Order: sequence, then structure tokens, then C-alpha cells
Amino acid sequence: MSFNFINSFLEEVGDVSRFTIRFFIELFKTRFEFKEFLRQCFYIGNKSIGLVIITAFIMGLVITIQSRPTLVDFGAEAWLPKMVSVSLIREIAPVITALICAGKIGSGIGAELGSMKVTEQIDAMDVSGTNPYNYLVVTRVMATTLMIPFLVILADTVSLYGAYLGANIHGVVSWDLFWNQVFDTIVYSDITPSILKTYFFGFFIGIIGCYKGFNSKKGTEGVGQSANSAVVISSLLVFIIDLLAVQITDVLNIN
Amino acid sequence: MDATLDKTKSFELVNEAKAVIKIRKIHKSFGENKVLKDFDLNLFSGENLVVLGKSGSGKSVLIKCIIGLMKPDEGTINVLDKNVTTLNSSELDKLRIKIGFLFQSNALYDSMTVRENLEFPLRRHWFKKNKNEVNDLVMEALNNVGLANTVDMMPAELSGGMRKRIALARTLILKPEIILYDEPTTGLDPITGKEISVLMNDIKEKYKTSSIIISHDINCVKIVADRIMILIDGNCYATGTLKELQHSSDIKIKQFFE
Repeated sequence: MSFNFINSFLEEVGDVSRFTIRFFIELFKTRFEFKEFLRQCFYIGNKSIGLVIITAFIMGLVITIQSRPTLVDFGAEAWLPKMVSVSLIREIAPVITALICAGKIGSGIGAELGSMKVTEQIDAMDVSGTNPYNYLVVTRVMATTLMIPFLVILADTVSLYGAYLGANIHGVVSWDLFWNQVFDTIVYSDITPSILKTYFFGFFIGIIGCYKGFNSKKGTEGVGQSANSAVVISSLLVFIIDLLAVQITDVLNIN
Repeated sequence: MDATLDKTKSFELVNEAKAVIKIRKIHKSFGENKVLKDFDLNLFSGENLVVLGKSGSGKSVLIKCIIGLMKPDEGTINVLDKNVTTLNSSELDKLRIKIGFLFQSNALYDSMTVRENLEFPLRRHWFKKNKNEVNDLVMEALNNVGLANTVDMMPAELSGGMRKRIALARTLILKPEIILYDEPTTGLDPITGKEISVLMNDIKEKYKTSSIIISHDINCVKIVADRIMILIDGNCYATGTLKELQHSSDIKIKQFFE
């Protein structure tokens, strides 16, 4: 690894940290743009619902179908709803939903702010006396932080419906039995950490998308690069946050 | 340089007190590239000053320094008796209400309608104005540019000339004392370019504005210029009226009017 690479990596980390600190300063210091925040919640939340529902349903269905043969080998087919529901709610649904959101929302924010930067719209806001950071960044980051947990809860629910269908493709599990097993298995210590980490997923997807867009280099190529690197970095951060969350829950013995 | 151009310089010194923008000895570099070097400028009340220069000569950097989007490395920029280089962000925001800026790319907000674009600069005054007053201001600005019928359209639905007019209307909505135009006719056909130039003169007459106009378009310069400054190698090479500069024997000046 060359010295230049390490140097530019550390510079980037420093810039993102400064950008994040500024978010908290602007959040508490300046007037909150509530109307724009609601608009962003609509775009980020409502417009992602369809995609999240489809992928969550398929996720639940596929995981169940693929887990079944192994459990059958051990004569533990009856545990299918229990095992699938824990893995979906604790890990698979939050992470896959966050990755989908990093792709859809992170790239959208990166491209939108990048093109605004390139076409001088951010400068125009500055000139008109509106703080562009407060108007564009704070609202988007708040919207991703609050909407992604909602999308994950939705994905959890829909994926369990998919799992129910999956369980009934090769076997017969009644509706009541399936849900009784799911609710007997799932406890608050499964749900709470998995929802809490999604706030961090949402926050970093928003921050990275905005950072990349806000610092987009001139030209359309720069817009594409902003969108692309927003997706790559925020997806990587989703895994890193997930890893940290698992370590923390492990240390705190929330298993 | 010609004697007439030296006379213009002494006129500037005599009238310095009337200047709404006073720039003294600013330097601006990007790495090794020195864009502005020891640059001075006066913009007098009620005049249209055109800044001519080759691409990359620092014209756009100059007006971005004036509005505070860029900071010069050295020197002072006084706008309406306030030193832009030392203002904090809230003081700068207050000053910017009195300065309009027309971007070369128009910089209309793509995701907003024409009405929302025009209302945007009024946001900080919304608490003082009711909905009808805001609507009246929007319609007045649109009527000034002859595009009242586009109020609910999106920028993508407008032609290049219309977008430029809407951008001009947005610049006017706060009734600024100074307007900075960054290549207002670039990318427009000659007829639309002429219409925009005439509109800029009308605005000057109606609102008594003082303007700095960055332009390459000699037809626009002929219509709007009260005074012209030629920027070469990051410095003011010559200033004068269109006539004075057109009749100059200096080769570097002549090439701009050929």
C-alpha cells in the first residue's frame, strides 16, 4: 500500500468527520427545515416501500426454502419458523434492507447533490441567504436516519410472510402454528439491537451520500463518481456497523 | 496604453467615494496558478461595468470573491461599505440580500417549479410577509421578464432563453442594489441574447441597480456597457467606455473588438 493511498484515505476520513461534526452543529444551531425534511421522508421512505416489500418477501421465502433441507436432515423441521424468524429479524432483513437503501437512497442523494453542485444550484442557495448545508444535508440525513428503521420494521414483517409461504411450499405449517412459533421465539433482545443499529445505518447512508454529493468534482463524470462512491462506502459502512453491533451485543450479553 | 484610458483612471480616483464596490489589491491563486494579481476595481452607483477577458482570466473568480463564494488570498473587497473578506456568515447573508447574482448556468432548482424557485430567496422573509404578498412579489418579478404564464412550470420545460429570464427574475425578487451577471448571454442565440441584454438595461433603469457583467458577447457589451474593464493576466489592463476602447491602438485591447 503506497504512502499516497494512506495519506488520501486519512484525509478523506478527516473530511467526513468534519462533515459529520458540522451536521450536529447545524442541527442544533440553525432553524430546522421541517417542510423539506417531510418531503425527504416522503421520497426516502414512501418511494422505497415497493422495493423493500418485494426484496423482503423474496428474502424470507428463499431463506426458508434453502434452510429446510438441512433441518430435515437433522429431524428438526419443526424448528424452521423459529430459526428463520431469528435470522431474518436479527440480521438478514436489517442488513439487506440497509444495503438496498444504500444503493437506492445513497446513490440518489449523491447524484442529486452532485448535480446541484455541478450546476451551481448549491452556490445559488448560498447566494440567496439560505444555508445549503442546513437545507440539503441536515434534512436528508435526518430523513434517512428516521425512515430506514421504519423500512426495516416493514421488511421484518414482510419477510416473515415470505417465510410462512416458503415453509408451506414443501411442508404444511398452519398459519397459527407458524406465528405462535415466531412470537414464542422472538424476544425484545432480538428486536431492540437490530432496530437500534438501523438508525446508525440510516445516519451513515445519509451522511456519506450527502458528503459525496456536496464534494462532487466539476462535470457530469464527477456526479457519476459521487453516486458510485456513495453506494460503495455506505454499503461497506453498513457491514462495519453491523460487525460492531454484533460485538457490542455480544459483550453486553444480549443474545 | 492610450491617454484616454489614463484619463478614465483619474476619473475613477476622483469618483472613488461614489463606488458601491471597491476592490483593493486582491490576490487569488489555485495552487501554482495565480488567477488574480494585485487587482483593483471600482463599481460606481448606477453604472453597468462590463469585465472582458479571455477564458480562464479570472472573471468568474472575481465576482465569486465579491459575493463571498470564494475568499481572496489577500486584499480587501468593500461592498456597500462592508468588507466582504472579514464578514461572518450571518453578516454575509444580510449583505447578500442587497446583491443579486445571475449564474452562467442559471442555477435554477430542478426539483422546484418556477414559483418555488422565485419564492426560495424570500424564505428568510416569510415570517414578515403573508402568502398574498409573496405571490405579488413572484408575479411582479415574472412580469418584469415577461414570463408570468410559466409560474407553475418546471425548469426542464423551459427553453434556454426562458430559463435565463426566470433566473433573472429570481435575482430581482429581493430588489437588489447590485447585480453580478456571469456571462448572461452565453449559449443563447443572437436574438435571445439581445433580448436579455435589453432586459438588463431595463432592469437597471427601473430598479436603479449597479452591475458588474462578465461577458464575451460583444453585442451584449455594446448594449449594456457604461464602462468596460479588460482583464489580462489576472490584472486590470485597461478601463474605458466602449468608444474609447474600440478606438484604442493597443493590440491587446483591439483583439477584443475585432
